[in-house]
Amino acid sequence: MRRLDPAKTSIADYLAEQENKDLLRFITCGSVDDGKSTLIGRLLYESKLIFEDHLQALEADSKRVGTQGGALDFALLVDGLAAEREQGITIDVAYRAFTTDRRKFIVADTPGHEQYTRNMATGASTAELAVILVDARKGVLTQTRRHSYIVSLIGIKTVALAVNKMDLVGYEEAVFRRIEGEYRQFAESLGIGHVTAIPLSALRGDNVVTRSTLMPWYGGASLLAFLEDVPIDRAGSEGPFRMPVQWVNRPSQSFRGFSGLIAGGSVRPGERVRVMPGGRETAVERIVTFDGDVERAVAGQSVTLTFNDEVDASRGTVIAAAKDPLPVADQFETSILWMGDEPMLPGRHYLVKCATRTVQGAVAQPKYKINVNTLEHTAARTLELNEIGVCNLALDAEIAFAPYGENRDLGGFILIDRFSNNTVGMGLIHFALRRASNIHWQALDVNKRARAALMRQKPCMLWFTGLSGAGKSTIANLVEKRLHAMGHQTYLLDGDNVRHGLNKDLGFTDADRVENIRRVAELGRLMVDAGLIVLVSFISPFRSERLMARELVEAGEFIEVFVDTPLALAETRDPKGLYAKARRGEIANFTGISSPYETPENPEIRVDTAHRSAEEAAGDIVGYLDQAGRLSGQ
Amino acid sequence: MPAPTLSHLDQLEAESIHIIREVAAECAKPVMLYSIGKDSAVMLHLARKAFHPGRLPFPLLHVDTTWKFRDMIAFRDRMARELKLDLLIHVNEDGLKRGIGPISHGFSALHTDVMKTEALKQALDKWGFDAAFGGARRDEEKSRAKERIFSFRSAKHRWDPKNQRPELWRLYNARKNPGETIRVFPLSNWTELDVWQYIHREDIPIVPLYFAAMRPVVRRDGQLIMVDDERLPLNPGETPEMRMIRFRTLGCYPLTGAVESTATDLLAIVEEMLTATSSERQGRVIDHDQSASMEKKKQEGYF
Ligand SMILES: Nc1nc2c(ncn2[C@@H]2O[C@H](COP(=O)(O)OP(=O)(O)O)[C@@H](O)[C@H]2O)c(=O)[nH]1
Repeated sequence: MRRLDPAKTSIADYLAEQENKDLLRFITCGSVDDGKSTLIGRLLYESKLIFEDHLQALEADSKRVGTQGGALDFALLVDGLAAEREQGITIDVAYRAFTTDRRKFIVADTPGHEQYTRNMATGASTAELAVILVDARKGVLTQTRRHSYIVSLIGIKTVALAVNKMDLVGYEEAVFRRIEGEYRQFAESLGIGHVTAIPLSALRGDNVVTRSTLMPWYGGASLLAFLEDVPIDRAGSEGPFRMPVQWVNRPSQSFRGFSGLIAGGSVRPGERVRVMPGGRETAVERIVTFDGDVERAVAGQSVTLTFNDEVDASRGTVIAAAKDPLPVADQFETSILWMGDEPMLPGRHYLVKCATRTVQGAVAQPKYKINVNTLEHTAARTLELNEIGVCNLALDAEIAFAPYGENRDLGGFILIDRFSNNTVGMGLIHFALRRASNIHWQALDVNKRARAALMRQKPCMLWFTGLSGAGKSTIANLVEKRLHAMGHQTYLLDGDNVRHGLNKDLGFTDADRVENIRRVAELGRLMVDAGLIVLVSFISPFRSERLMARELVEAGEFIEVFVDTPLALAETRDPKGLYAKARRGEIANFTGISSPYETPENPEIRVDTAHRSAEEAAGDIVGYLDQAGRLSGQ
Repeated sequence: MPAPTLSHLDQLEAESIHIIREVAAECAKPVMLYSIGKDSAVMLHLARKAFHPGRLPFPLLHVDTTWKFRDMIAFRDRMARELKLDLLIHVNEDGLKRGIGPISHGFSALHTDVMKTEALKQALDKWGFDAAFGGARRDEEKSRAKERIFSFRSAKHRWDPKNQRPELWRLYNARKNPGETIRVFPLSNWTELDVWQYIHREDIPIVPLYFAAMRPVVRRDGQLIMVDDERLPLNPGETPEMRMIRFRTLGCYPLTGAVESTATDLLAIVEEMLTATSSERQGRVIDHDQSASMEKKKQEGYF
């Protein structure tokens, strides 16, 4: 915002002009010393957005903690959090807005270190352009490549290469040209289409806001002028219409509207649309806004649509052009950037949120991960914090989607841990895998119910969980003996037995434990389908996997038996001497000692082994099955 | 016909509406904090747009310190009546009983802490709200620039700036653990100028105190304090004088500095803003200590 000169413009004209300004969101990438904060501080300062009291605070701060020997340190304007200021680094994303007569800008200032890759991706996800800083003395570095790779991954197509600190290389054209050339070549290999290189000095202000007289050989625009003029190709109103339904607006019997932010294309009353998934076709009746009905709405607007018939659309569905409805699938190839402190566990169920839809899904073992510094592909079993990999994703339900390259809103998703509720990953859909739609479940005539009736029982899965030495196997054995004596068909899956066969390829890392349980749960499900009463005796320390097993079978079929033995007691029993070994450090990842056990919150049955014998416990469990009607055929 | 391009205000509006709807859809019991100021006015207007023609699917909450300007309270009650708002008002009765106020204790900090921060926590706990909209903007203060739009508070209402969830695209993760609450800032990306432009464009009613008028004031520590009622004790030698003043920000009247101004309409306010040399928070006595003070206050649960 340039200060207004009331003598020249009337304020009403000024406002009218300002109201039609466009908004550009960009990200700045660079490492600690590249001068990123200084550059942004300078942009704010030069566009006169710094008020006197801020300036006073800046002067005081510059003297106290500044790095410019008491002169104004513009970086202090943008380094927000106290911890960051003390350590002299930027650890989170900061968003600031500034305005010129041409455009309003929102800049995401993100840290450059490899350990902050997730922060950078966060900032990039809402950006339309990236300013990538390099130090003229150092040229294109590993970090420059990393930043550019993330920028290209997130789909930013326009980059300004800001070659900073030109003052330290004597404003030499040759230095600039060499860096520019090297960078262009690299950017091309990433598919970044538009690169504009600008030589500048953030500290001295050369080519930041105005063209510098010290670099007459440079014929281009200053950075700010470039930002004001650069055309942005927005996933705009040209493509087919798409609007994820956010909210069903139903104030009365007579009004039913579907609200959302238009993610692509445009819409007019009368146009035919489909509600995906499902594909029911209808026509838009009205486009309702607070300011009255409108004749057209375009990508980027938040609106409410009504249909001219009873077709329904719930939150999570996508309203799409009928002629060009978007595809539906439940399996995808994706790129995932892991953001959780705990590594990704292939096979574990996470919540997947894509547009307004949240479903459960599991990520398969990565096909490969990408070394963000060298761009090499390497084999991986999992993804750690800040790692990027290509993985298949399998959802529990079909969603309407678009490849990320076509539409960020319909092709980007986040992964949420179901227990910590944290956002642990971001993902981009490449394409749907056709596999799922080809394998139709055979509808067999002899089904679970028929088999169970013959066995005079209702199949179920008794899931014994607890510490090693808690008494799971002992009790499960006793239960099976009793059921067998009563004429029931059972099968006991025991940790040790399965590990010698089906799962002998698995170890005891968290990832392997998850896979171990997944296989057992799937096996148990098939046995339940066969009509059996299945007893599963596994430590199964994580809630997520127990929940996954629960959700594999029908309601009521999963009976969680928590064999509750205090660690101290289990340790004194120690029938296999395992605790002693674990204490000596001879067994890694031992549950209760060096790996967590997550206590069940609402088990169907809790066995208190400190106060109840194994025989008594077995009696309790059989009693529960009887009461629940699982021991009769009707 | 080419598609209409959206202006920056259109884009900000659409984004804020999206955020407000997302909270209504994903949170069990949201509430909108209504502080009666211009930012609240804009936020309320956006919420009405989000759910039109339906009513707001959540109530409004005003945490009343009992020291707000009388004009603010009158405006609040008028808006509630005219717009048929479901407005809740909470006062920290315990604080009142202890006689805490901005004057009697001499410390504005204690007053803010008990009657505002404490009171807000009480109110959220009392009604069991799991999400609260606030009208804060990132351009107000440096530590706000790093705050997410969805900002999580522990069961003790603390903010942990180093442990914020990544916030990607327009995908907000509103899931929380038992006891946790979310503060949601739909105006995060707005600037002070955007707010005024939008008030102008949409013709949104605001408290008359934003417009200049002759009002009784005394000068204290370089600030002009309005004598809004008889509770403000006058120091020896102090006599209120009538001056043409207005407020850039509104709060508890003994803690809110006025500026001398002749701006009696919106255009004049914007003009003053565009030629101003000091930021709006300067009028808030609370910020005058160290620059990290806001971050500290937020960690303790100040909104
Ligand atoms: N007192 C008592 N001891 C038990 C009980 N259940 C098992 N034990 C003993 O604890 C030891 C460990 O049991 P085991 O079934 O091998 O444990 P797992 O590793 O959890 O399968 C054995 O010596 C059992 O006899 C119980 O309910 N009460």
